[in-house]
Amino acid sequence: MAEQLYNAIFVGSIYALFAVGFALVFSVLDILNLAHPVVFMLGAFVALFCMSTFGLPAGFAAVIAFLATGAFGIFLDRIAFAPLRRRGAPPLSAMISSLGFAIVVIRLMELRYGPDLTSYPAGSLPQTVVQIGDARLDALRLVIIGLAIVLMGALTYFVRATQLGRDIRALAENPRAARLLGVNVDRAIASTFFISSGFGGVAGALLGFAYNAIYPQMGTPYELKAFTVMVVGGMGSLPGAVLGAYILGIGEIAALVFLPADLAELRDALAFGLLFLVLVIRPRGLLGHRVAERA
Amino acid sequence: MDALAEFFRVYQTTIGVIGINALLALSIWITLYAGQLTLGNAAFMAIGAYGAALLGMRAGVPLPLGLALGALLSAALALPLGLAVFRLRGVYLAIATIGFGEVVRVVLLTLPFTGKALGLNGIPPITELWHIYLSLAVVAYMLWRIQGSTVGRALAAIREDEMAAASQGIRVRRYKLAAFVAGAAIAAWAGGLSAHLNFSIEPGDFGFTRAVQILVFAVVGGTPSVAGPIFGATLLTALPEILRPLKEYRDIFAGLILMGVIIYLPRGLVTLAELRKTRRLQEIGAADVA
Repeated sequence: MAEQLYNAIFVGSIYALFAVGFALVFSVLDILNLAHPVVFMLGAFVALFCMSTFGLPAGFAAVIAFLATGAFGIFLDRIAFAPLRRRGAPPLSAMISSLGFAIVVIRLMELRYGPDLTSYPAGSLPQTVVQIGDARLDALRLVIIGLAIVLMGALTYFVRATQLGRDIRALAENPRAARLLGVNVDRAIASTFFISSGFGGVAGALLGFAYNAIYPQMGTPYELKAFTVMVVGGMGSLPGAVLGAYILGIGEIAALVFLPADLAELRDALAFGLLFLVLVIRPRGLLGHRVAERA
Repeated sequence: MDALAEFFRVYQTTIGVIGINALLALSIWITLYAGQLTLGNAAFMAIGAYGAALLGMRAGVPLPLGLALGALLSAALALPLGLAVFRLRGVYLAIATIGFGEVVRVVLLTLPFTGKALGLNGIPPITELWHIYLSLAVVAYMLWRIQGSTVGRALAAIREDEMAAASQGIRVRRYKLAAFVAGAAIAAWAGGLSAHLNFSIEPGDFGFTRAVQILVFAVVGGTPSVAGPIFGATLLTALPEILRPLKEYRDIFAGLILMGVIIYLPRGLVTLAELRKTRRLQEIGAADVA
């Protein structure tokens, strides 16, 4: 039981890291970034590259994954979103543009690494197991959970208390007013993408470490989960996304434990049923403050 | 003539799939025309596909009746669903319908009579090309007539400004719901045709990827007219064949074309002909309806 709960918290942490980046871009720019799963996957592959080519330790590789995917996020924005923003195109266009971008990158990675599972170099990941009571917990996952919590704390501090964070919030409120008030809007947008993609990339690297199996399409299942997480927590609310992620993680593991084996597939239906119900009954989610009726 | 017959023989499957994709693109067009982004059409397609296939295989129901029953079932489901989700707008509406789509997919994975993850195999391949293209012609004609009618103008008014439309006495919820139900029926009809065109169907065929693909057909083709979705579906379905010489790079080109169209041709490919007009509209800020 303790092990199941531990797994639920681990899964929730990965969902949370994935979803906060997704939610950040949505809350600031109203974009559903369908290239976010790509950034997630790239994080795992950047870490692989650092570890297998330069023999860097996993922790250092994760830091590089954060920086590299963050920079890639800025690139993504320049290519897929900036031209649309200049034209004042509707959010739907940005979604489709990011989809095209995602197809291109995933295909390029498949050409380079093949569509199948790739592992990290042997012996590069710690295999320690911690014994607490009668539960055996994988130490690596414990580190990942801790790291996820620290990162999300840092993000909260950044958005609430720093000047750049205030700029980003001003931008989210009203881009035009923000610009009039002297906010460097371009810098705020670039920072938003850097942080969003950096978090996505580090989530991918950490998930890759935990499962030791990465592949070009690995981000795709997380995309749909991130929708659920955002909706349950409240669209555009970062604490909401974190809360939603843990609720989904725990709910899924609970379904796995309590549902009979032949109905195990239903646990995904549970997630999306939850999504659907929250949208219909309480569209602003648990912690959302904006009115969902806003188009 | 021989060359033409040969062409049809070689590309028969592709030609069939083009027609079905065009129907699917039209099924989402009608809601897009009313300014509503819904992504449930892959699920309605699944309902039509499983409905028609199961009725045909287990009960020996003839194809037209199977298609009609599938479309009816789909419409019957779309009605309460639409009542629930049309309280939402924009991305929220899109995500709610994605949620519905995933529930349908997972239910198909779990039900005892849908073959679970393996899906249904050995579906009699009785769909002929003329079934598909007759359906497409009828649906396209009907939508074209609707577009020019009072109903079409009401849908366009809702798209442009819902409040203004409502203040003119247009019953917004009712029109949205009607467009949604009609789209669901068309998608289910297309699904039934596709089930009997292919040998097998599985729940994975009708997931999120398919939902987005249907949207992409319509948006890339262009939503201002009925011709747009048909053109978009045709081009994007034929593209892998056209790009065949590029071998493994063809998906990359498909992705780049998708980005290029959405960035440089905001109203879709059909507006290529009237590019200058589009530019002028952009200058006064009146383009972009999608």
